[in-house]
Amino acid sequence: MIETKGLSRRFGEVVAVESLDLSVGEGEIFGFLGPNGAGKTTTIRMLGGLIRPSGGWARVAGHELGREDEAIRREVGILTESPGLYDRLSAERNLAFFAELYEVEDVDSQVERYLRMLGLWERRSEPAATLSKGMRQKLAIARALLHQPKVLFLDEPTSGLDPEMARLVRSFIAELKQEGRTIFLCTHNLDEADRLCDRIAVFNNRMLALDTPAGLRKRLYGRRVVFHLRTMQPAFIQAIERHPGVQGVEAVDNKLVISLEDPERENPALIRALVAAGADIQFVGELRRTLEDVYLRLLRPQQADA
Amino acid sequence: MRKIRTIVAKEWREVFKHRFVLFTVVFMPLMLTAIPLVILFTMQGSGDLAGLAQTDMPPRFARLCEGLSSEACAQYFLVSQFMLLFMLLPLAIPVTIASYSIVGEKTTRTLEPLLATPIRTWELLVGKSAAAALPAIGATWLAFGVFVAGASIGAPGILVRLLDALWLVAIFVVGPLLAVAAVCVAVMVSSRVNEPRAAEQITMLMVIPLLGLFFGQISGLILVDRTLVLWMALGVGLLDVVLMALAIQLFQRETILTRWK
Repeated sequence: MIETKGLSRRFGEVVAVESLDLSVGEGEIFGFLGPNGAGKTTTIRMLGGLIRPSGGWARVAGHELGREDEAIRREVGILTESPGLYDRLSAERNLAFFAELYEVEDVDSQVERYLRMLGLWERRSEPAATLSKGMRQKLAIARALLHQPKVLFLDEPTSGLDPEMARLVRSFIAELKQEGRTIFLCTHNLDEADRLCDRIAVFNNRMLALDTPAGLRKRLYGRRVVFHLRTMQPAFIQAIERHPGVQGVEAVDNKLVISLEDPERENPALIRALVAAGADIQFVGELRRTLEDVYLRLLRPQQADA
Repeated sequence: MRKIRTIVAKEWREVFKHRFVLFTVVFMPLMLTAIPLVILFTMQGSGDLAGLAQTDMPPRFARLCEGLSSEACAQYFLVSQFMLLFMLLPLAIPVTIASYSIVGEKTTRTLEPLLATPIRTWELLVGKSAAAALPAIGATWLAFGVFVAGASIGAPGILVRLLDALWLVAIFVVGPLLAVAAVCVAVMVSSRVNEPRAAEQITMLMVIPLLGLFFGQISGLILVDRTLVLWMALGVGLLDVVLMALAIQLFQRETILTRWK
């Protein structure tokens, strides 16, 4: 659905996006993470057909960027960082206006459908300025969906929302994936990205890493299992070190932290080895690095390891 | 055309909720129609007019009074000053509407979602321009129509002069051309300014040449006759071509998103 090769954008001397290569499949939720000023919004604007790239190539929803921009804009929906609603127009009129611009067939019924879907039908006649932040965000999402786009660009969809509303929006995004929509999600909420995204790109004017959330953790930190023991003896460490498949062992108080290629395969044998050596195992768990650890390590390697 | 109509309808729904815009669109034409009519009606039958015609009128103006009685010439001299003021309407009204329309979109950040739609930038520019210019042109023509109707009752002697090519070209040709110029300048100013009132005030400087003509005519230095009005039509027409080219340059998707601050 989205494919780029060497996509770049400069503003004078400033390189906002440098040689971006990525591919996003149909029905995928693709996370695009990066700090402020990393070029995420610029990337969305390019892929949404709003601004021209300085170099490279991209295809979005089957249309080539730079040649078929109008066709791209018909096929994509963009939720901008700021909702950008007409405050003096009602919720209904806001949507009807955009439905007309997208040349939606039956404007009234499509507007009603999305207002009801997002729980805004009862407030349809009220000026957008009177709606709460969460409702405005839902209205903006409805606006992005009116014309049934194949690709959705969501820029900080849960920014500033209370936890309940943020959860509702995330659920809605997950439902959109079930419908087969391709979603390009920019967010600073790493937990949200971890939960929702099939793959994540970490970007800071250029691509730093691209993989599934688990793949990113494994690539940067490997996989580590923690054995909580009642007591610690040198024999327990020796029993583990002898075991093939163990990449490293570290003893911290009464805990053994073991780096493994494949914990699911190695854990049973390690447990038997420790029990045979006389260890009392209280608890076994995988030491998960958060996506935040991964993100910060990619952006600032020295600080993340501290 | 559907998208242009959609833009115009949305603009009118939104912009006319601003009291200041409503005030400009309604009050100014009302005032500029009522004042000359009041002058005509109060001066009708007044004995002072004959004296006024001989001593107080600029000599050049006498040329335009060929065939008119002294009283009618005096009436015509007084209401002629309002022709230039009628031409203020197609300048002032679009400036107000376009300033609120364009700067308003900048400050509320509605431009980006709008530009994300398949609408072409020329459609958006035409839509916004039409939304600003059409009420101005309509208000000017309506005000003039009411004025002529009132003059036919209050000063039937000058009615023919009010329907002369001089007035018709001024109102029906120069007026719309001024409206186009006003919109183009408003677009250019709005790209740089972040407050509608500031955009309006800066763009309103366009009225200075018109006011110069107004005071020049009152003082007798200038005579706004057919020749001058035709030159005005030509001059403003050429200016419109230049201004439209500049406005189109500024009103590009990329420019709006990356350079409009």
